[in-house]
Amino acid sequence: MKYAFFLGCTVPVRAQNYELSARKVAEKLGIELVDVPDFRCCGYPVKSVNFKGHLVMSAINLALAEKQGLNITTLCNACSVTMIEANEELKAHPDFLEEVNGELSKFGLEYKGTVEVKHFARVLYEDYGLDKLKEHITRPLEGYRFAPHYGCHFIRPSKVYAEFDDPQYPVSLDRLVEITGAEAVDYPEKQLCCGGGILGIKEEVALALSNKKLGIVKEKNADGMISICPFCSVMYEGNQKKIEKTYEKEYGIPVLYYTQILGLSMGFSSEEMGLKLNRIKPRALMEAFSNG
Amino acid sequence: MTINVKDLDRDFKYQVMREPGGEYLSRCFACGTCTASCPVREIDERFNPRKIIRMTLLGMKKEVLESEFVWLCTACYMCQERCPQDVMITELMNAIKNVAVKEGFVHPSYTAQVEALKNFSRLYEVGEFENKKRQKIGLPALDTETKKEFVQVIDDYVSGLLKGGEE
Repeated sequence: MKYAFFLGCTVPVRAQNYELSARKVAEKLGIELVDVPDFRCCGYPVKSVNFKGHLVMSAINLALAEKQGLNITTLCNACSVTMIEANEELKAHPDFLEEVNGELSKFGLEYKGTVEVKHFARVLYEDYGLDKLKEHITRPLEGYRFAPHYGCHFIRPSKVYAEFDDPQYPVSLDRLVEITGAEAVDYPEKQLCCGGGILGIKEEVALALSNKKLGIVKEKNADGMISICPFCSVMYEGNQKKIEKTYEKEYGIPVLYYTQILGLSMGFSSEEMGLKLNRIKPRALMEAFSNG
Repeated sequence: MTINVKDLDRDFKYQVMREPGGEYLSRCFACGTCTASCPVREIDERFNPRKIIRMTLLGMKKEVLESEFVWLCTACYMCQERCPQDVMITELMNAIKNVAVKEGFVHPSYTAQVEALKNFSRLYEVGEFENKKRQKIGLPALDTETKKEFVQVIDDYVSGLLKGGEE
């Protein structure tokens, strides 16, 4: 198994623990992640400004992967949905594809429409498969309880994800958490948005959204939240102290990337999975799985 | 707010429907499922998708485009999933934002993001400092070049719009 590894903008500078754990886990599983030096932004921020401009930006990345004959895997929900939707738009509208290729030809690029884009968690769930993944779990995380947070763009819109998971009552990330031996904690409003999309527009509304879910998860007394999107983590983890202050709450909820707990259950140490880079320290896990 | 027919722009809904994502605007029968599903509306009642759709259909162009509310959609797609008429509301909100930009109303947050993209081809700069930090924890250094492809796309599709609208 081999994929072009799409990092996007947020992961390489704000979620290095995610990238580190994903790379190590993939290597051990025998999934080859190919770095494409020319990959840049997926186009998501431009969509709100100009739809066609965002299509071209997505298509530059799609064309680069196509040139290497590789499908793309990403770590970010927004990068995933942006390139998946752009891909579908280009396939459905030959006039869009023609216009986009007119733009790409200025740089010696062309997109034919043969690339598939999949979030890395979906690759694990679907392409690699739970049965095969289970064979690698050498140290089940028994006794730990984690609340999975899917993030909107991992499962919605159903227009592009219908064959994958339910848009309102998803199960894939719960199953992935359970594979590690931990309990996937069920909670109300599991599908609730983190608010990240409007953090730069109206911070108080974005933080209020995150506060709502943190409050629900706190009541469930989980050992942490499990995220698969760097921006959802920015909201729940990076902004948690600010939210606590604003709403006079005490949460102290660690937010881990799925690849971090998967790695721990595969025998990696907490150091190897970059747990010390987490802003809200998952102390119990750090102590239990330290190599020193 | 009293609506005066003379102030309505009858072309506005067609302008929105011509944008990618706005095609299904006229399917709306105003049931309000979108508003009931909207997590932002739960926090701030002023953001109301049904109202934005109704105002767009009526032709309240100025009120829609000048309002901050169209920019408050988080694109969570809950309304779109539940809409019984397949109005494709999240995409419609994006189409309205695209029209707003063409008419000279762009939220400053996006102006800043576009500027970063033009400078770095990424939202955040990856330079020598970031690469050193990456390498220290065992991650490969990334290509730091500003790609001419991205500068060109922004020049061709976005810069003109941000300078104060089309025409």
